[in-house]
Amino acid sequence: MVAISKIATGNGHGEDSPYFDGWKAYETNPFHPIDRPDGVIQMGLAENQLCFNFIKKWVMEHPEASLCSAEGVNKFEETALFQDYHGMPEFREAVAKFMGKVRGGRVKFDPDRIVMSGGATGAHEMVAFCLADPGEAFLVPTPYYPGFDRDLRWRTGVELVPVVCESSNNFKITRAALEAAYEKAKEANLRVKGLLITNPSNPLGTILDRDTLKGIVKFINEKNIHLIGDEIYAATVFMEPEFVSISEIIEEVECNRDLIHIVYSLSKDMGFPGFRVGIVYSYNDAVVSCARKMSSFGLVSSQTQHLIATMLSDDDFVDSFIVESKEQLFKRHKYFTLSLSQVGIGSLKSNAGLFIWMDLRKLLKEKTFDAEMDLWRVIINEVKLNVSPGSSFHCDEPGWFRVCFANMDDNTMEVALLRITTFMHKHNEAMVPRKLCRRASLKLSLSRRRDDFMSQNMMSPHSPIPQSPLVRART
Amino acid sequence: MVSMSKIATGNGHGENSPYFDGWKAYETNPFHPIDRPDGVIQMGLAENQLCFEFIKKWLMEHPEASLCTAEGVNRFKETALFQDYHGMPEFRQAVAKFMGKVRGDRVKFDPDRIVMSGGATGAHEMVAFCLADPGEALLVPTPYYPGFDRDLRWRTGVELVPVICESSHNFQITRTAMEAAYEKAQEANLKVKGLLITNPSNPLGTIMDRETLKSIVKFINEKNIHLIGDEIYAATVFKDPEFVSISEVIQEVECNHDLIHIVYSLSKDMGFPGFRVGIVYSYNDAVVNCARKMSSYGLVSSQTQHLIATMLNDDDFLHNFIMESKEQLFKRHKYFTWSLSQVGIGSLKSNGGLFIWMDLRKLLKEKTFDAEMDLWRVIINEVKLNVSPGSSFHCHEPGWFRVCFANMEDNTMEVALSRIRSFILKNNESIVPRKLCSRSSLKLSLSRSLSRRMDDFMSPAGIMSPHSPLPQSPLVRART
Repeated sequence: MVAISKIATGNGHGEDSPYFDGWKAYETNPFHPIDRPDGVIQMGLAENQLCFNFIKKWVMEHPEASLCSAEGVNKFEETALFQDYHGMPEFREAVAKFMGKVRGGRVKFDPDRIVMSGGATGAHEMVAFCLADPGEAFLVPTPYYPGFDRDLRWRTGVELVPVVCESSNNFKITRAALEAAYEKAKEANLRVKGLLITNPSNPLGTILDRDTLKGIVKFINEKNIHLIGDEIYAATVFMEPEFVSISEIIEEVECNRDLIHIVYSLSKDMGFPGFRVGIVYSYNDAVVSCARKMSSFGLVSSQTQHLIATMLSDDDFVDSFIVESKEQLFKRHKYFTLSLSQVGIGSLKSNAGLFIWMDLRKLLKEKTFDAEMDLWRVIINEVKLNVSPGSSFHCDEPGWFRVCFANMDDNTMEVALLRITTFMHKHNEAMVPRKLCRRASLKLSLSRRRDDFMSQNMMSPHSPIPQSPLVRART
Repeated sequence: MVSMSKIATGNGHGENSPYFDGWKAYETNPFHPIDRPDGVIQMGLAENQLCFEFIKKWLMEHPEASLCTAEGVNRFKETALFQDYHGMPEFRQAVAKFMGKVRGDRVKFDPDRIVMSGGATGAHEMVAFCLADPGEALLVPTPYYPGFDRDLRWRTGVELVPVICESSHNFQITRTAMEAAYEKAQEANLKVKGLLITNPSNPLGTIMDRETLKSIVKFINEKNIHLIGDEIYAATVFKDPEFVSISEVIQEVECNHDLIHIVYSLSKDMGFPGFRVGIVYSYNDAVVNCARKMSSYGLVSSQTQHLIATMLNDDDFLHNFIMESKEQLFKRHKYFTWSLSQVGIGSLKSNGGLFIWMDLRKLLKEKTFDAEMDLWRVIINEVKLNVSPGSSFHCHEPGWFRVCFANMEDNTMEVALSRIRSFILKNNESIVPRKLCSRSSLKLSLSRSLSRRMDDFMSPAGIMSPHSPLPQSPLVRART
């Protein structure tokens, strides 16, 4: 018997979570408009695919961004040799500038505080290694991205303690919830080292308002614990209210800056998850110094640093991209949520992210997580959509599902909506007593498309679905 | 007072090692032929700069290797989105093929066992996380690459126990040395989980012979511990004897394959350290599985995967590159060691790597590591060369220095050699007693002999000029 490590034999890798089960279902039978029209449509992957034509156009007009073109090859050697963990100055400057522009120029970022990492995945692990010892803990508001369980805990030995946020107040992070989590950690003999917030939120798609942010900054200063702000979705805020970053708040309230750190990446805002551009930005010099040394374990490929530096140094491109991206996301989000509401499906009101937080509580047989899993299996196997169940995000209440909308083309979106429509149709038929509504008139109302429903009253008068106040309020 | 982690506040990052001091000296005053001709020449960085013209020519002929050219842009989107930790199939196939070819096709590598990492730096840390728990240990033969202290220990909590290899045996790894290290670990209550070998060796530049490798495989099987073979310099073996890989030896002797793992990278063999192409190749399915999940922390950029896949899937390029690289390294190594021998400087006989293991023991005031540090400071501050002192590689004996020769162009090499010559000239004056040799004739004979270039010294025997005052060290004769 060959012995390997406890880390290797345990399940800290987190892949036993249902978050990944749907992924597997998708992979065995992925949708393709021509080859596999009955395959599973992937709506569980938060990717941003809406701006590639825009990006490709720029790429074609700027051959110098590549090390392999006639215009760029004279930089091949020096770039291929460049392994300095400080990172290329032009790369850091370009990223700092982009981060500032995404925040409307309201705050400036210092290129010397930009540290590279192996994607946001590597960034989170690196921050945990810098701030906490094995057995110490971070507070994390629920619902949260399932990857945190692996990224922050697996190899670091750090614990996560949830800050439970409830649907009754739109999952806001309240002072009471923060205090409760802090207390719980103490009772469990866990030393809390920091609080990790994701803003804009994954999976909610909402942003934190200024008062909540100030409340959070006040809390962490009182407790003298770190604040890690994952702002990976910063540029995906597609409509008012405007995004407010941690970096802005600390200019407005009293705060020990040594406690403030931002995790960033180009995976969501630009749609480049494959390029592994992770960033740790810390206001704490010792953390910058340590993280920089640790970045050796996951530097950004110099070839990619060069491409990104060239791209993000182009002010016109950056300005236009940010606008274009918001516009595409806005349109897609609006169409998707509107269409869902037509069949009585509501979601948490959101203005950011690449997904919606869909409310299917009323479709549950009972208010349990088992029922949520049952419903989820139906969605995967019958409706043939991979969506992510709320329990995998540690949501405190069953019935919520994260559904991604920016990772497919328009046609696929139509197919997905049709399947949802059909499913709800069948579901409604099963629920409505025959005497209330004839089947024929039901079919008729549901076949209308988006264009038909321009009025505010989003439910057809013939629809049998009880008008949930939640639906009205949230779409 | 804001508290961070113990890992962050400790010095496990290893940058307090002298290995990095020279680097800092270089950075404050780096040599440039025109702007800073008196600057420090970097001979402490094991880079391979000899084949870039060859590579650039290929790039210009293959625009499809880039995602940003007309020929490649149609793959931009799918590549930018590709974050699957299995890695691109064509990337894994190309790397597996390259690894096989570098070993003369004597062994085949399975693309499905190829796992990505953040450079070899990330690969080593990942393997340590997979195989050992905090407090457990890996055995490492000395002298070894200083980065291991950080890569294998810093965030993992794993310990390293040296296997002491001595100059009297040409630093070969003996059974006795391995047993001694294993015993030492037991006495210190450390559970040994594996043995890490670097073959070809950094800093020695030598390769392990078949017998040594077999003996190592036998040892780890007996102890039921893992064997990690860092073969990052595999393609830098520029002359016979031919490189023998762990992957070959395990086909020849009885071995539990679950114990065998290879760390690889394109940083040295191809000269691409900036591209962060680290590879873990394991014969153990559970390790492949676990490492693959961990690779999320340091995947290879898909943009780079695409470039490398295109490049290494070109059989002609592969074949020609391997040959070209060996040739360039052979020539540079020969010229460098030859020139050094002209002034009485010997080095360990080597046939691989991007450096030589220079023997300056006779220049030490006394046989101590303090004296080695003194000499090293002289080399950095007076001779203006950044070389790496043997102590930073945990060498058991003072007086050895690793000197890199493949990271500069010919002109810079000439400047470096002339500085070395001048230094030896001055140094000889002070160590030779006056009555033995008049200064002027010394200067004359030395300058006459030293001014000859490589072409003048064609005879293999008698590498020292008959007028040279330097005592003829048998070590020098035997090793250059």
